[in-house]
Amino acid sequence: MGAEFVQFSLTPILIGTFAAIACALPGNFLILRRQALIGDAISHVVLPGIVVAFLITGIVAAIPMLLGAAGAAIVAVILIEAIRRLGNIEPGAAMGVVFTTMFAAGVLILEQTDTSRVHLDVEHALMGNLESLVWFRAEGWHSLLDPAALATLPDELGRIAVACAIIVALTLVFWRWLKIATFDEGFAQALGIPAAALGFGLVVTAAIAAVAAFDAVGSIIVIAMFICPPAAARLMTNRLEHQIWWSVAFATLSAVLGYVFAGYGPLWFGGENAVSAAGMIAAVSGVILGLACLYGPHRGRVGVGKEEAAA
Amino acid sequence: MTHMEQPTIAAEDGRATAPTAMPSDAPLVLRGVTVSYGEKPAVFSVDATFPARSMSAIIGPNGAGKSTLLKAALGVIPRLSGEIHIFGRPIEKTRERIAYVPQRASVDWDFPTTVMDVVQMGLYRKVGLLGRLSGSLRGRARACLDRVGMADFAHRQIGQLSGGQQQRVFLARALAQDADLYLLDEPFAGVDAATEVAIIDVLKLLKTQGRAVVAVHHDLSTVRDYFDHVFLINVRRIAEGSVEAAFTTANLQATYGGRLAATHLDELSVAG
Repeated sequence: MGAEFVQFSLTPILIGTFAAIACALPGNFLILRRQALIGDAISHVVLPGIVVAFLITGIVAAIPMLLGAAGAAIVAVILIEAIRRLGNIEPGAAMGVVFTTMFAAGVLILEQTDTSRVHLDVEHALMGNLESLVWFRAEGWHSLLDPAALATLPDELGRIAVACAIIVALTLVFWRWLKIATFDEGFAQALGIPAAALGFGLVVTAAIAAVAAFDAVGSIIVIAMFICPPAAARLMTNRLEHQIWWSVAFATLSAVLGYVFAGYGPLWFGGENAVSAAGMIAAVSGVILGLACLYGPHRGRVGVGKEEAAA
Repeated sequence: MTHMEQPTIAAEDGRATAPTAMPSDAPLVLRGVTVSYGEKPAVFSVDATFPARSMSAIIGPNGAGKSTLLKAALGVIPRLSGEIHIFGRPIEKTRERIAYVPQRASVDWDFPTTVMDVVQMGLYRKVGLLGRLSGSLRGRARACLDRVGMADFAHRQIGQLSGGQQQRVFLARALAQDADLYLLDEPFAGVDAATEVAIIDVLKLLKTQGRAVVAVHHDLSTVRDYFDHVFLINVRRIAEGSVEAAFTTANLQATYGGRLAATHLDELSVAG
């Protein structure tokens, strides 16, 4: 683990890990609220926002893309709510209509406009470009103490680290509200907790995670990280506090193992080229969920509980 | 749209806008309350007064708006019109004086949490968003679990409890709120006989301590044994008053229409 690791692997692994944790934290609550699909929806609806931001500014820069994506996510949330309330349609269907339409619009705009000069295409949107986020100026571990080298770290690392820190802070600050309102919304409202605003805030937080992660790792990993680590974590414990820790551990494990397998796995089996890191990270998180389904101590919990209680 | 028309109808009814002299200290007073989910009002222009130091039952057929009335009183669902006063003040200023037990089926009991965690949710108004749970508050949560006979289950996951045990946990959470007005939505639905006795003992003790209890209640055969005051509703208010005065054959028939056979009424030993 020498200079080459720091130069080529350290930053992509860190970015992948921060992205995975930033998505997994709100994912825990989305799953318990049976809104897991909303993470999926968000990762799709940000595409037209990013494309429109690019068309207006003409450059692929972080801030306009983030603003465009956030705007698209908010438009989507409002559209979903509007369709659900005005049309009296169940939330899943309203979400499905909005996110496929907006994603399709994003693809159409992308195709019809000249974005060939820049690295903004459908493949990038799906897969991200984790492998390219390397730290060229690094010469070894000592570069972590060298201000000149640190200044050349990829922008994506700082951005996703800040997004991850914000999401961790929000989860800690609003912990009691999130727990009470996710378990029993009516009781939370009776206590004076603004449950509706909290639910909206959770979706906005998920949107921030999706946008920050999307930019670096694409929408495939975003979908997987919202759902797989929290779902696997739920099978490991019966306490929400422990579930959060498990989900962070699974997210980290997926990011690290996924990156290593993508980069070196094919070589072990005699292959020559690495495979997509984002795809492999999502695949590893899926395998972890599968293992948790088979061996997790709290799988099939409802049926067991009822039998015990009746006995 | 019809959404817009309903407040007008309620106002024509003369109740929604009419200022009414009300006893300022009654635990729960509703005036001209109308709630609608879609085109049809679920609760229409209802006046009600629930007295202090007594146990009141909200009675009516399925879909009569009983739970809706309770939720509107708590401010959990928006109302189209009407006023609600809790001990003479608006709900926003009296939340710490109210405890609420929702319908047991309204939550997902597979939620990853323990019995003790759920009871501690009742302490939220005391600890706030970021406050730490002190040792004395933890002790109070344990004492509340003990009062409903669930102390031995404190660390169980809530999904591993029977229906009756789950209902007791909900009651313990409400006791932890240490309120003056207890609002319960069908506290006896789907519970075993032992739990029903345990719950009614706790509620009667609350009454003797001077607190008010209001429960949505389904089982007409136990109204006389459990309650002092009844409120009969079928979207509109049918009748209210003491059990002796208001729990009558005529009022029940007006509430349930043809759905309550005369033979049932005989068994209920209602007055008049």
